[in-house]
Amino acid sequence: MSLFKVFDIAGSAMSAQNTRLNTTASNLANAETVSSTEEGAYRARQPVFAAMMKGLYGTGPESVGVQVRGVVESDAPVQMRYAPDNPMANEDGYVYQSNVNMVDEMVNMISASRSYQNNVEVINTSKQLLLATLRMGE
Amino acid sequence: MPISLDSLLGPMPEALNLRARRNELLASNIANADTPNYKARDIDFRAVMRNAGDEQLRLASTQSGHISTSADTYAGIPLKYRVPAQPSMDGNTVDMQQEQAEFSSNSVMYQTTLEFLGRKFSGIKSTLRGE
Repeated sequence: MSLFKVFDIAGSAMSAQNTRLNTTASNLANAETVSSTEEGAYRARQPVFAAMMKGLYGTGPESVGVQVRGVVESDAPVQMRYAPDNPMANEDGYVYQSNVNMVDEMVNMISASRSYQNNVEVINTSKQLLLATLRMGE
Repeated sequence: MPISLDSLLGPMPEALNLRARRNELLASNIANADTPNYKARDIDFRAVMRNAGDEQLRLASTQSGHISTSADTYAGIPLKYRVPAQPSMDGNTVDMQQEQAEFSSNSVMYQTTLEFLGRKFSGIKSTLRGE
């Protein structure tokens, strides 16, 4: 029954979007963190989405869910800021700030939540169709 | 009077099946709206329905690892790719508005077909009861 697979597909997308929301939350939370070394600075994380392997659902390749391939860290340069008062400052008086771009993260957050909602709608509609199918002939 | 259920129901079970399948496909498009390089796909409903009933010759698969010969087709009709109105940089061709519209219209069509099928059944039932 094809309608059951819709739950798997939309569910995988919801979990992927949830991962995206989580990384965005992590990025926003750490936007203002500083470190005394360049390596220690927080770098923005992004999940990498990919369509699932072909034929995972045994119905052929046409319908596929989403998988999160992994989470990559942004390689944008981290900002060095002169802040001798900061307890985290190094001996030259500099701190390294995270490379989180607030605007990017807000856009990501809105996009992820909209996509999540879309998939919830898909599941709701499919559920109604499935229940109506079960009642057929009554 | 022999009654064949198949001839009574006509093409409706096939249509219902196809609607369900298309729903799955559209859900897949919506799910992959943010996946780079994903290409949105759809079934040519009219073409499949025209072919409905024709037997398709397929290779038998005797093991689970066999790749289906009808992998990229539905009932012998190849799946189509959507032509994006506004291509995006990451190679994704899902147009969310279009997919949502298609999804809801397909869902309504599913319900319509279901309703017709249900009426057929109640018609058969009342005929059998002879009331």
